[in-house]
Amino acid sequence: MATTLSSIQAPVSTICASSQRPHCPTGTQSLLFVSKPSNYTIFAKTSYSFKPSKIRPITAPRATPSSSPPTTFHGQCYVLGDNIDTDQIIPAEHLTLVPSKPDEYKKLGSFAFSGLPTSLYPIPFIQPGTDSTQYPIIIAGANFGCGSSREHAPVALGAAGVRAVVAESYARIFFRNSVATGEVYPIELEHEGVNKQCTTGDIVTVDLERNVFINHTKGKEFVLKPIGDAGPVIDAGGIFAYARKTGMISSVV
Amino acid sequence: MAATIVPAHAAFFGAKKEIGARASFSPSISAHRCRKHALNKVLAVMSPPQPSRAPSTTGSVKHGMTMTEKILAKSSDRSKLEPGENIWVNIDVLMTHDVCGPGTIGIFKKEFGKNAKVWDREKIVIIPDHYIFTSDERANRNVDIIRDFALEQNIKYFYDIKDLSNFKVNPDYKGVCHVALAQEGHCRPGEVLLGTDSHTCNAGAFGQFATGIGNTDAGFVMGTGKLLLKVPPTMRFVLDGEMPHYLLAKDLILQIIGEITVAGATYKSMEFVGSTVESLNMEERMTLCNMVVEAGGKNGVVPPDETTFKYLEGKTSLNYEPVYSDESAKFISEYRFDVSKLEPVVAKPHSPDNLALARECKDVKIDRVYIGSCTGGKTEDFMAAAKVFLASGKKVKVPTFLVPATQKVWMDLYSLPVPGSGGKTCSQIFEEAGCDTPASPSCGACLGGPRDTYARMNEPMVCVSTTNRNFPGRMGHKEGQIYLASPYTAAASALTGYVTDPREFL
Repeated sequence: MATTLSSIQAPVSTICASSQRPHCPTGTQSLLFVSKPSNYTIFAKTSYSFKPSKIRPITAPRATPSSSPPTTFHGQCYVLGDNIDTDQIIPAEHLTLVPSKPDEYKKLGSFAFSGLPTSLYPIPFIQPGTDSTQYPIIIAGANFGCGSSREHAPVALGAAGVRAVVAESYARIFFRNSVATGEVYPIELEHEGVNKQCTTGDIVTVDLERNVFINHTKGKEFVLKPIGDAGPVIDAGGIFAYARKTGMISSVV
Repeated sequence: MAATIVPAHAAFFGAKKEIGARASFSPSISAHRCRKHALNKVLAVMSPPQPSRAPSTTGSVKHGMTMTEKILAKSSDRSKLEPGENIWVNIDVLMTHDVCGPGTIGIFKKEFGKNAKVWDREKIVIIPDHYIFTSDERANRNVDIIRDFALEQNIKYFYDIKDLSNFKVNPDYKGVCHVALAQEGHCRPGEVLLGTDSHTCNAGAFGQFATGIGNTDAGFVMGTGKLLLKVPPTMRFVLDGEMPHYLLAKDLILQIIGEITVAGATYKSMEFVGSTVESLNMEERMTLCNMVVEAGGKNGVVPPDETTFKYLEGKTSLNYEPVYSDESAKFISEYRFDVSKLEPVVAKPHSPDNLALARECKDVKIDRVYIGSCTGGKTEDFMAAAKVFLASGKKVKVPTFLVPATQKVWMDLYSLPVPGSGGKTCSQIFEEAGCDTPASPSCGACLGGPRDTYARMNEPMVCVSTTNRNFPGRMGHKEGQIYLASPYTAAASALTGYVTDPREFL
């Protein structure tokens, strides 16, 4: 797989590295983070260094808010339909978990997508006995994240190891919460019906620099809409981190 | 126009006094285009103003604004604004509850410091209501967390509950947050109300801007009293015609959602006007606005009038200033309904827009009926259900669960006489009909909750419910089937054991 990709890059993480938000991969995400750095082509605009044994938050160069820092995600995808609501993303019975507590944050991740009806989605998003997913990328249809305002939804996805959701469209509160928390990139597709052309387990790449979504298994490429100004906010690690990074609020509280 | 983050006054974010060098801060919502209708195009965050709508410098062109635009303009100290603009809005009331409160508090303390103080102790309303009457330890702990915070910050409005075995001995406890906000006078025309709950849009019935936000946004508001919001375009819904005696506001909003779909109002404001809307009482108007989020809507509004002002008498001592859409206001779309032609409807499993006539579902056998929640557990909702039971005189054929939204609603059930009953109360009528005894007020099983929640669906079954969502697993079990309906339809269905049009009894 590595040979078919021109560049893989660990995602830019927050400047104010939050202990609550481990962007470190688990063993199941081996496709996302290849262990030998020498296999990577360093991404165009900036150079990164990282340790092969464990990906650590990388300090991004000080990007101006209007530029879109390059970001690529790669790995297996999990495919969903339309109107995936917050109860399916994280059933209400788990909302007693408080996302700002690190151990409960992790537990939330273990319940991500546990609300999906098994008749429609027989492949579990998280393997029984594990607490994070092997699918860092979600492909979905329209109106993803509809329903409740619970921030537990994007948090559960981020905690489980999802890096990006690629959907036709989003419900507004979910989109806003994804950006505010910096937990996942809510990417939009240019065209409809992409999820119907993908299968759970396909190896895909989400390229936010070229705004393309590549399904390597199916040999197809799809156009993405630019994430625009939401990108730098998520790159920084959410709204507060972004505000500190851009000097809106002081770093020391 | 580019959204400059900092308003004229400095010290905006507390500790930081200087204005950041980067003026082009416009986070949160990026350009978001809907392919389906060109009309629905939401302007990009950083795009320049479109020439045809550029505010005139001479002032000779009247810039009409919708109610939502006006409220947001007022709250952001702007004389005019347009849909698509990102603006910093001053928040009048922030509400949170036991499910999202702890997370919000965690973020507030992390970002503003563990000794930080909230921006205004009188503008935050903390209402435990979701997972209250349960033995789930974390749920109970979450109420303790919000209590500790309320005490530490000297929060003026905290509707506490300590004795879970008997809600009545907790004098401060109210129940469901959205109904409590209304009953306690926290909803006022012209204001901006944010809550960590999607049904915060419920308060739009009072002619204010009210919408749901997540923990992070709420944590931000807690510290600063402001939030960056994008001005939504407004869809206008004109409801005219005399309301048939067998219809309720729930039927109207289900009809609307069924027609525009669950994403039909995404990022938009829904304005409800017309003679029918004017004839609705406040609780019915709340039902209408409550489910705006089920269509993807950002907020809903009803123009305030005498009904509104009368309801508010004695509830609030604060002054308020109602606003109304201008004649020349621009709406992104307009839908007209002749209400006299509508029929009782349901939303079939598993989506709130899966519209069907109640009478066409009469062969659907059901296992239970649930009457409760912010959407359908108010006093008027129970009065409506009681009317149907009274008209029938028979007993229910399936377990019928009644969960009053608040303490006040519960008391109304036991004290207010039902018209035409010869002085009987709702509770008496419910008892005679064989319903379950009205339960402790809370959100209850609307969203499932901990396993021991009263009326939770723990096995696959078919339920007719006056609640707001019926996605898979909503009330507990993933294979449960939920038919959303009005209290009339719910009561009628309880009497037959099948989904039933209330005209069978009314």
